[in-house]
Amino acid sequence: MRHLLAGASALCLLGGMGMAQAAGEFDGVTVNVMTQTGAIQEPLQRRAPEFEALTGAKINVIAVPFSDLYQKVLTDWASGTNSVDAAVFAPQWMVDYIAGGYLENLTARVEADEAIEQDDVGAFFRDFSEKYEGDIYMITLDGDFHMMYYRKDLLDEAGLAVPRTWDEYLEVAKALHGKDMNGDGTPDFGSCIAKKRNAQSYWFVMDVVGSMTQSKGTSQGAFFNTADMTPLVDNEGFRKALDFLSESTQYGPPDELNLDVSDTRPLFASGRCALNLDWGDVGTISIDPANSKVIGKWGASIMPGSTEVVNWETGELEACTPDNCPHAIDGVNHAPFAAFGGWGGGINAAADDKVKEAAFAYFSYMTQPAQSNQDVTVGITGFNPYRTSQLTYSDLWKNAGMSEEEAEVYLGAINDSMNSPNMILDLRIPQNQKYQQVVLDEAISRFLAGEIDKEATVQAVAGGWNELNDEIGVDEQLEIYRATIGAN
Amino acid sequence: MTAFADTAIDSVPRPGLGERLDRYAGRLMVLPAVIILLCFAIFPLIISAYLALSRFALAPGGFTLKFIGLSNFRKLLSGSQQYHFLGTFGAFGPAAWGLVALAAIALLYCMARYLRGGSVTAVGIVGRLIAVSLTMGLVLVSVATLATSGVPGTLVTTLLYVVIGVTVQFLLGLGLALLCAQPIRGRNFFRVLYFVPLMVTPVGIAYTFRMLADMQKGPFAPIVRSFGVGEWSWATEAWSARLMVLVGDTWQWTPFMFIVLLAAIENQPRDQVEAARIDGASSLQIFRDITWPAIAPVAGTVVLIRLIEAFKIIDLPNVLTGGGPGLATESMTLHAFIAWRTQDLGASAAVGYMLLFVSTVVCITFFNFVVRPSRRLES
Repeated sequence: MRHLLAGASALCLLGGMGMAQAAGEFDGVTVNVMTQTGAIQEPLQRRAPEFEALTGAKINVIAVPFSDLYQKVLTDWASGTNSVDAAVFAPQWMVDYIAGGYLENLTARVEADEAIEQDDVGAFFRDFSEKYEGDIYMITLDGDFHMMYYRKDLLDEAGLAVPRTWDEYLEVAKALHGKDMNGDGTPDFGSCIAKKRNAQSYWFVMDVVGSMTQSKGTSQGAFFNTADMTPLVDNEGFRKALDFLSESTQYGPPDELNLDVSDTRPLFASGRCALNLDWGDVGTISIDPANSKVIGKWGASIMPGSTEVVNWETGELEACTPDNCPHAIDGVNHAPFAAFGGWGGGINAAADDKVKEAAFAYFSYMTQPAQSNQDVTVGITGFNPYRTSQLTYSDLWKNAGMSEEEAEVYLGAINDSMNSPNMILDLRIPQNQKYQQVVLDEAISRFLAGEIDKEATVQAVAGGWNELNDEIGVDEQLEIYRATIGAN
Repeated sequence: MTAFADTAIDSVPRPGLGERLDRYAGRLMVLPAVIILLCFAIFPLIISAYLALSRFALAPGGFTLKFIGLSNFRKLLSGSQQYHFLGTFGAFGPAAWGLVALAAIALLYCMARYLRGGSVTAVGIVGRLIAVSLTMGLVLVSVATLATSGVPGTLVTTLLYVVIGVTVQFLLGLGLALLCAQPIRGRNFFRVLYFVPLMVTPVGIAYTFRMLADMQKGPFAPIVRSFGVGEWSWATEAWSARLMVLVGDTWQWTPFMFIVLLAAIENQPRDQVEAARIDGASSLQIFRDITWPAIAPVAGTVVLIRLIEAFKIIDLPNVLTGGGPGLATESMTLHAFIAWRTQDLGASAAVGYMLLFVSTVVCITFFNFVVRPSRRLES
């Protein structure tokens, strides 16, 4: 696959596809770009020499583990070291970087750069992920939604339907757990969900919780009560989500508590999981003949939902009705989670002007359809579709090896998620990393490890979030939270 | 008299440049080291002390540090982070009380023995009171989290790594050193072989162990499955996960013990050993009466160095388990690192200072009660 990519990249280079940059424009300019190790690093690194050949700018990609990325970038910029000229990171961290005045406002540059084809970028990424208070600070390189993947062949064989609710998910996982799913003679797993601590697992909790706490549209919010910033945690929905995580672990790999998405993806692709929750990467990995044993056997759908939602006043679960679940589909409230929000590039405001220009040109080059259309079809890049033109079946996907049937469910799931009026926006308040990667992640990990029970977990998350609200300022956080989700 | 004195002063020849350089040479030579130490050790220590008493926040154009007194320490010891640092305490049963009573008696006995001895000093009493209080505190926290239904925090987990890890590494290193000190063929090969793990970077060792211990794809997975334990993983249970961290740590650090102890063993007085052999002494007697007294000072020092290092363990738990499952494998350094990673610089510095306090007291106590007596043993 790497050879294919290299060949395709060379063709692009020779053909001068998407060239908005002038040859030799950035001779002698070096841009240090920081991002995470592995996926995301791969396309940035691979395309750096192409960009250098086009413009003369040397792109130096610095990769760090995902869990260190937020801090490394922030420390470099906040301390005034400024050795990092640009970074590719999560849009939800933008709020902290902007608070310190470290991120360059890219609005004018984006508007002046026709090669980006900004109108083709999905509305969610264009209007939410890239922007803060109306200005553009990031250039989207990746589209991110959580989805459910399933083994179509196994479900058909067992006469089971694709799960629409979390209860059905558990039923299917239980029914298929222990069967040999890839013909290697060893029993495989009903469900594979990344649950490792200090990794990227904490987002999956909100998939389940959110389908019960948010039912009246995106602006209702799934994390806090928009009236007073009370965490939406001490309720029956959160408790049910904990039960789901606990029970799904029984149908997962024995070391599921130590698995990150980089572990569960190859497990699904190697045919060892009947069900899986992940971002769009699994779809493109599953069509890669070099890594996949499930070509033609898998499907994807919008995240399962719930037939009951939480009454915010009482904290009790109530059956869905047209009043409390106006966006329900066949009585099921789906709340697809735009977890993370898609990797994007931002530029250090303190970098030299010439370096800023070169960094922008590089991100522009990466996001232009000529490059992006290839990268989003390949699993190892970590990039998922985010342009409207990438979300319909075309030669792009056909050439990538995806059948029309696979594309229908894969791209359909992304479209369903992105177009859902009840989509959950990821938390984008100051220090959101502490709320999610510390308090939530730690409490869930302790719960799954059996250190604390369900009630203690609820109290740990609610107490931790309230403590952070008090430390940072409840009113300030509430105002920003309401603004980010568009609450009235 | 005054006139005489003035004359005498005038008559003293002024020192030349060479003499002045000689006089200040010592200080000049030491100065670069002092400056480096001040810049890279003392100054950061002072800054981090201020950080531990502050709350860090980002602000337009930079950041702010708000002084909050001992709040970060209070949070760790009695506030919302107590479960994380000290652990969750369970109810004491008879066994737990028994362990506490035993520890209290032992510490009181040590204190009484010191007071009855002839060389009691004020500094000695204060030092011992600090050591005894901290030890009793650590025993109480350990018993409350390990010998009850409680859950250990990062303090107790770190102590487990330090106490169990260093003990096992010392015993293995000593055993290997004694074996390699024997006149066997190819012993140089074994010396190099046993030393290799020490030359590998800790993160490399952590990733290697993660790969080796992978229950799905690891090289030992088929063997484990053949024993019918395919549905079990070390990573999901607290004690097996801690054990895996200890195995990795032991694999890495046993060579350090081995190489130093081997050098000490080879330097023991050969004539005494040979004389003992001629007199018919057994190997155990030779080890007890000649080898051990000869290597005791080196053994004490090498354990002390390893103790200091063991308190700082981070690579293995971070890579192997990310500190999980739950908080099971999280060390104090990893605790501080995770806090730092999320911009909670105050909490991170507070954990760092708690680590500094505990490791300093433990190591000084070890030095006074083990290393010093071992030197007397040799003399």
